[in-house]
Amino acid sequence: MARPGWARRAAGRTAHAGIIGAFMLFTAFPFYWMLITTFKRTGDLLERGNNPFIYNEAPTLENLRVLFQDTLYGRWLGNTAFVGLLVVAITLVLALPAGYALARLTGRWGEQLGIGIFLTYLVPPTLLFIPLSRVIAMLGLQDSLWSLVLVYPSFTVPFCTWLLMGFFKAIPPDVEEAAMIDGLSRLGAFVKVVIPISVAGILTVIIFSFTLVTQEFVYALTFISSASQYTVSVGVPTFLVRGDVYFWGSLMAGCFIASVPIAIVYNFFVDRFIAGFTVGAIK
Amino acid sequence: MIAPAVLYIALLVGFPFLLALYYSLTDITAGSRTLRFVGLRNFAAIIDTPKFQTALQNTFIFAIGSQVLVMVLATVLALALMKDFRGKWLVRLLILLPWVAPMSLGSIGWLWIFDSIYSVINWTLEAAGLITADNWPMYLGKPYLAMMSVITVHVWRLLPLATVILLAGLTSIPQEIHDAAQVDGAGAWRRLFQITLPLVRPIMLVATLFGLVFAFTDMIVIFVLTRGGPYDTTQVLSTLAFFTGIQGGDLAEGAAIAVSLFPMLVAVAIVFLRIARRAEVI
Repeated sequence: MARPGWARRAAGRTAHAGIIGAFMLFTAFPFYWMLITTFKRTGDLLERGNNPFIYNEAPTLENLRVLFQDTLYGRWLGNTAFVGLLVVAITLVLALPAGYALARLTGRWGEQLGIGIFLTYLVPPTLLFIPLSRVIAMLGLQDSLWSLVLVYPSFTVPFCTWLLMGFFKAIPPDVEEAAMIDGLSRLGAFVKVVIPISVAGILTVIIFSFTLVTQEFVYALTFISSASQYTVSVGVPTFLVRGDVYFWGSLMAGCFIASVPIAIVYNFFVDRFIAGFTVGAIK
Repeated sequence: MIAPAVLYIALLVGFPFLLALYYSLTDITAGSRTLRFVGLRNFAAIIDTPKFQTALQNTFIFAIGSQVLVMVLATVLALALMKDFRGKWLVRLLILLPWVAPMSLGSIGWLWIFDSIYSVINWTLEAAGLITADNWPMYLGKPYLAMMSVITVHVWRLLPLATVILLAGLTSIPQEIHDAAQVDGAGAWRRLFQITLPLVRPIMLVATLFGLVFAFTDMIVIFVLTRGGPYDTTQVLSTLAFFTGIQGGDLAEGAAIAVSLFPMLVAVAIVFLRIARRAEVI
């Protein structure tokens, strides 16, 4: 049963397209579904006989109006941006020098310290949220966005330090040594020479930290109790899903808006991020 | 220059971690001002409860079940993505979405897809004549189905990460190796199982370890989709710790439940360290 070459190639191509298509359906369908639902009228959504794939009634912007005018969604987006920007700033201030120091530390000790810092990234919120809730209460930060600003760097700093260490290692030490011969201190050489050529790494860290902040759920759920202080990842599931009434149109709109734009930006940086994740496993 | 970062981590990871261990040995509650040292009594108390045993068992089913599926699917997908084709950037973006989007929001999308009355899956199945209107499966309301559903959503979330990690590993294999094997007469399957997959094994292990840590400790999917129900059949240790410690106010017992996850994480960390060390030697 030897098939001719072209038939085999065509079958291979079809199988390949089928596999890719099936996976895409699996990963992207929920987002497509959010988008469709966003513009559907409630009557259309809650009629079991309707074909859910098409608009049985004319599309509407009502769900978006409800989301932004009748709920605190806009506020939650603002809260998320506020926490995100501050956490990014703290992360950069702590992780840039630490990553640089680790990259230039030679010998076993520096390497072990680097792995140690990275391993703290593996300590999950699940283990820490109970004692941290008590610490936050003692600091008088419960129900305040500042509790998140304080705690979130505890997981962004370890990973970003590790990521930046990889970046700085790729910069030959001669670069800053030359600057130091020209009269700059080590700190001066770091700020004026090393940082400007590490923009790509710094951008990666910014995107990465910001994404982690938008995704975080457990700490925000634990520390925050009033709706006006929620971030988007906690506000939508706890506040918009309350009681028996689900505002599916507005809910899906809220999910879609907070998910997709950042994913598109993130997509540009994913390769660097993966390089950090996989440590030395590829050589 | 490294001191501020180390200090920050020590204060907000190291200190709370020790506090968690300490709380698990006391009788602290959310309202209490004083606490008493009670030794291992919390652990003794929880280990005997059916709730804890069910949660422990569910944690393993959830974590290992989803991780096995993730690794198998990610291998297939990564191999498929090795080939160049038009529109690959778009495919990659769509495949990455579940990983980047906030998990709680993605889970809500699934809540709608799994809805007991308006599930699009059921509508499609009915339209295809596979089920009847009075017999729609309740994806989140029946014990086994609920576990399968939360595992599905967790696989959905972790598949992208495992895929891109594996893809990075696959593309780092020099083409000469494949060429040499082909010249020596190895067929496609043999090249796959005896050359490609063994070469990406270290990186596969890294992806598995990360996935296991996420799966053992994640509570978002289950919190949003089932809250541990129906009848605790999807309750895992992390959700149980939350419901006991934060919502129930019993910090000590909640801490004890969370701390019981720790031995597993240590095991994972040890394996991870050994791989990291070996990779540096190569």
